[in-house]
Amino acid sequence: MTDSKYFTTTKKGEIFELKAELNSDKKEKKKEAVKKVIASMTVGKDVSALFPDVVNCMQTDNLELKKLVYLYLMNYAKSQPDMAIMAVNTFVKDCEDPNPLIRALAVRTMGCIRVDKITEYLCEPLRKCLKDEDPYVRKTAAVCVAKLHDINAQLVEDQGFLDTLKDLISDSNPMVVANAVAALSEIAESHPNSNLLDLNPQTINKLLTALNECTEWGQIFILDCLANYMPRDDRESQSICERVTPRLSHANSAVVLSAVKVLMKFMEMLPKDLDYYGTLLKKLAPPLVTLLSAEPELQYVALRNINLIVQKRPEILKHEMKVFFVKYNDPIYVKLEKLDIMIRLASQANIAQVLAELKEYATEVDVDFVRKAVRAIGRCAIKVEQSAERCVSTLLDLIQTKVNYVVQEAIVVIKDIFRKYPNKYESVIATLCENLDSLDEPEARAAMIWIVGEYAERIDNADELLESFLEGFHDESTQVQLQLLTAIVKLFLKKPTETQELVQQVLSLATQDSDNPDLRDRGYIYWRLLSTDPVAAKEVVLAEKPLISEETDLIEPTLLEELICHIGTLASVYHKPPSAFVEGSRGVQHKKLTARAGSGESAESPDVGLSGPSEAPPAVIPSQGDLLGDLLNLDLAPPTATVPSVQPSMQMGAMDLLGGGLDSLMGDESDTLGGDIGGSPSMGGGLGVAPAAMPAALGGAPAVGGGLGDLFDLSGGVGMPTGSYVAPKTVWLPAMKAKGLEISGTFARRGGIIQMDLSLTNKAMSVMTDFAIQFNRNSFGLAPAGPLQVLTPLSPNQTIDVSLPLSTSGPVMKMEPLNNLQVAVKNNIDVFYFSCQYPISMIFVEDGKMERQVFLATWKDIPNDNEALFQIKDIHLNSDAASNKLQGSNIFTIAKRTVEGQDMLYLSVKLTNGIWVLAEMRIQTGNPNYTEMELSIKCRAPEVSPFVFQCYELVLKN
Amino acid sequence: MIGGLFIYNHKGEVLISRVYRDDIGRNAVDAFRVNVIHARQQVRSPVTNIARTSFFHIKRSNIWLAAVTKQNVNAAMVFEFLYKMCDVMTAYFGKISEENIKNNFVLIYELLDEILDFGYPQNSETGALKTFITQQGIKGQHQTKEEQSQITSQVTGQIGWRREGIKYRRNELFLDVLESVNLLMSPQGQVLSAHVSGRVVMKSYLSGMPECKFGMNDKIVIDKQGKGGTTDDPGKSGKQSIAIDDCTFHQCVRLSKFDSERSISFIPPDGEYELMRYRTTKDIILPFRVIPLVREVGRTKLEVKVVIKSNFKPSLLAQKIEVRIPTPLNTSGVQVICMKGKAKYKASENAIVWKIKRMAGMKESQISAEIELLPTNDKKKWARPPISMNFEVPFAPSGLKVRYLKVFESKLNYSDHDVIKWVRYIGRSGIYETRC
Repeated sequence: MTDSKYFTTTKKGEIFELKAELNSDKKEKKKEAVKKVIASMTVGKDVSALFPDVVNCMQTDNLELKKLVYLYLMNYAKSQPDMAIMAVNTFVKDCEDPNPLIRALAVRTMGCIRVDKITEYLCEPLRKCLKDEDPYVRKTAAVCVAKLHDINAQLVEDQGFLDTLKDLISDSNPMVVANAVAALSEIAESHPNSNLLDLNPQTINKLLTALNECTEWGQIFILDCLANYMPRDDRESQSICERVTPRLSHANSAVVLSAVKVLMKFMEMLPKDLDYYGTLLKKLAPPLVTLLSAEPELQYVALRNINLIVQKRPEILKHEMKVFFVKYNDPIYVKLEKLDIMIRLASQANIAQVLAELKEYATEVDVDFVRKAVRAIGRCAIKVEQSAERCVSTLLDLIQTKVNYVVQEAIVVIKDIFRKYPNKYESVIATLCENLDSLDEPEARAAMIWIVGEYAERIDNADELLESFLEGFHDESTQVQLQLLTAIVKLFLKKPTETQELVQQVLSLATQDSDNPDLRDRGYIYWRLLSTDPVAAKEVVLAEKPLISEETDLIEPTLLEELICHIGTLASVYHKPPSAFVEGSRGVQHKKLTARAGSGESAESPDVGLSGPSEAPPAVIPSQGDLLGDLLNLDLAPPTATVPSVQPSMQMGAMDLLGGGLDSLMGDESDTLGGDIGGSPSMGGGLGVAPAAMPAALGGAPAVGGGLGDLFDLSGGVGMPTGSYVAPKTVWLPAMKAKGLEISGTFARRGGIIQMDLSLTNKAMSVMTDFAIQFNRNSFGLAPAGPLQVLTPLSPNQTIDVSLPLSTSGPVMKMEPLNNLQVAVKNNIDVFYFSCQYPISMIFVEDGKMERQVFLATWKDIPNDNEALFQIKDIHLNSDAASNKLQGSNIFTIAKRTVEGQDMLYLSVKLTNGIWVLAEMRIQTGNPNYTEMELSIKCRAPEVSPFVFQCYELVLKN
Repeated sequence: MIGGLFIYNHKGEVLISRVYRDDIGRNAVDAFRVNVIHARQQVRSPVTNIARTSFFHIKRSNIWLAAVTKQNVNAAMVFEFLYKMCDVMTAYFGKISEENIKNNFVLIYELLDEILDFGYPQNSETGALKTFITQQGIKGQHQTKEEQSQITSQVTGQIGWRREGIKYRRNELFLDVLESVNLLMSPQGQVLSAHVSGRVVMKSYLSGMPECKFGMNDKIVIDKQGKGGTTDDPGKSGKQSIAIDDCTFHQCVRLSKFDSERSISFIPPDGEYELMRYRTTKDIILPFRVIPLVREVGRTKLEVKVVIKSNFKPSLLAQKIEVRIPTPLNTSGVQVICMKGKAKYKASENAIVWKIKRMAGMKESQISAEIELLPTNDKKKWARPPISMNFEVPFAPSGLKVRYLKVFESKLNYSDHDVIKWVRYIGRSGIYETRC
């Protein structure tokens, strides 16, 4: 007997007939009828009219029939709430059935019926089932709590089910534990702030025990839950990691990936010099590779995740390049993902192999794949300098194939190679020019035109070539038009004599005959530039172009860290945070990695400052999602009073409004423009948006932007002239070391606030956003008092001046030299580290004037060993002028005496940490043109003295 | 979690539809059909997001299985679950086909109710499921209380894959070491990549709750024992042990024990199951070597010569050898000469298929073909797909050897010696390709 016949009843009076059959006395007939009803339901027919008749069949001891009726109920109860009540009694009765399978069935089904009246009746049976003697019933009841919570959260809380659920975590049966964990995790997700999943070492231990015993699915629930735990110290992290690693050998890929997630997260907290850390890294590679022999769909999920892992910890898979080689029969989605990872893993060591593979792929059938392979060759050239030559010749070979889309793609990437290695491979231009006619895609045409314009002086017939494009000017896409305009202007500037006519032609086409404002504006700007100041035009149009970055398509670090916390889930497949695709409250919480805090950190960070960005561990800035909060908890310092509590939300809001909005507005345009106008985007037509919005934030250095700045500026007095000495800005972070970001800066003390004045210059090709700053611990506890206020994206070649107010309540650690400050600056591209030294006068406080008596007493009190003598020469000041000058920097004169034609000044300084530095200064008054000063400094902390002396000298000499 | 599960036939008609979560509307069923099954273009991803709803799908012959969700679910778990569901269905009614699904739709609904609760996968071991969900209607009415609680404790228990009280007159077990050897070779004969992915499949017919211990020539274990002072056979330096890159185990294996001692101990499920999977990349015996020679004679002719060499003991026989030589799309005619086996040009597959029934080790065979081409003005060059090969050999190309499988059952009166054990090695070709 088969059931397929139920699918084929399509007679008209069907419902009627079914009704009769359902009410039949014969059990068999009834069952048949219910089956037919379910079949109709499956194919989408509306059989809700049969509700009372079907429910009538519920009272049966035939379990199969009962299940079918329940299935029907789950589907239609919502549309017939009043009638659904009829079923309640049966449910309640079934919950008392001696057969545990039936008890569980009843409680399972009841939870799926989303009718308020029924849920009320559900509470009592559920309570009993949660404490049922049979584990099968308990595990079903645990899930039922989550169901009920989804319908009526308040009810669940009022009835105390959450506590019962928590108790089930200690249940003796592993499956009950797993389901309770799953239910609690889900409920906790909708209450982000509740401490529902109160994970502590005891519960963690229970979970880890259950992990060894429960089903594969249960292991996934538990591992996913564990990933949310925050171990107290590295010893606990390690012990959890040790107990999770065996899961890497599980046959179920999801168990493996969830275990990888836990390990990736907790590894962050382990000290890197630990032996175990290295062992763990080594253990991660084989299971990840094994995932690639799973079914293709799982391979896809694994590859998307490996893509993240490779970006976060490239060392794990750096030797495994071969396994990512594409197989001929791989589904296209697997092929494309593998290609991505191959590029990420490409290095000098394996580049030959990679290139040979890529060349092979470029002859395949799938157009997308081939294009991506060609593009990958270009990316290898840019990434691995030693291979550039080989890549270029490979690309040339591919161009020779004359396959249209291969040629076009190759030309696009060759343009990038020219950008990266200017004046190196122009010999290939001739070959490129041969293919001019076959280019029909705008991107390829634009790239080719750029190349012609850029190397116009070396291409004999550049004018002819460009002229040929000009014929169909109005049919071209904007991208090509803009590029053509720029290229011809470049050509004109390089060969003015022969091309005057051409440039006039293109300018008139762009300005008079075009409707496109971008094109028109750019045309006008060129026109004006050329007519007023050809030299300036040359400087602008033929300016040296900024570097292009090596790594492309990198995921923004904040997002990457969030995604690492979501390994194995949809977020990691989409490479988007859950909030981007999940509705409601569930996805909103941002997860983040937490770096290890404590001694290990400071021990390793000094060399970080020196070794530069490439080796810097990302751990210094744990997460940038909610920057301020992290800055504070990195060192586990309590939130300081100087930080207004509104800041986190304010900052986020402001960032989103300006950063996000403008970013998307400008992103595309400045991208194309940046390259187009030879690296001078500030004059681009499309940028009209940006300048309007920027001044507010750019402002002058002293004031931090507009209204937002004021809020942070605490007691204010921003522009108040205090007369303190401010050193000129020096370059702290050269663009070479920071992927195009140059930072120069200085320190100033204004109105009692220490400020770090920074100039951020973008010398890269792409827009920079999401700036944030953080300091390492330092001698005087300097720490940013607010976030780094860079509210607009920083376009290429743009400079932004920012003033960062500093507080002195950060964590303290003695530095060498004393006034050394290690800084980490992060943007959307990477995290960069540098160190700088601040003049110690920054931490001289305003109330540093000591009472005379106290001064005398203190002076005597400080042992003579602590006295340091210094000389300052070539000072052209008398004592009063010196005293005034010093006062401007909070060095206060307490008294003045004149002894034997020498002025004696007694001075006091108070540091932010309460240390007093006293000084006696002897000034020869005889000859105002040649003055020598003698300074004796006394301080309880003598190591400060030389720095204080430096300040005296600096202040007096400037 | 999983919000709903749909099964469609190749036309996109719904065969099974089960919704677990309230956030999945009825239109989800249609959304998938319209956007994926009926999509014009080939599907580019197994995960599709349509209007903030995510669909995961797999295909079994021409049946589509789709899981749908609106949350950030564990994607790997969803796919694992879909595969598992296929396994369960296959175990119940054989091949997954439209007919079988329609015939068993009540059973499928019942299974779906059991193995997925509110979108959370529950125990999905067929062994356990079959104790209380059967095709002949559900047991349950006639069970005793003991039986019932035995079922529930098995379903939820630590050893969810085996029930108590199994009895066999003859305690017997079969071990199959099934390996698939994968190769990608350059035209010059350089190995670009090679690996073996192997499986140890066990069929156990053992009484009671036997504790088993499985041993193989794992390098790490052997080296460890070697240090202990036992010098087994110092004279033989041959391939005594193999380096396993990675392995995964059936859930019956105690992973923590493997992690700490590298010993494989377990209580096996009853009947057939996959004990472990492993992967090796070092010192693989490549059973065949393919030497291609392709020569283009003018624009309308290709000359192909392919030599295959078998590379294993002459006493062993390889079987089901098949070499597939791709031909260009514009092939008009093919003439083949082969010394051994049969070769045929299959126009529909764009390939010459050369089949040899049996071939002993250390032999060599050759095929040569002349391919006539139609003149085309297609600019696109022929992509020259690799020559692929299929075969079966009676040994494990990785070199894996089963050293022992010990069975202990303390409660019943049979010992390890009483168990009849069978071990078999089969090496098959995975993706075994040589570029030409």
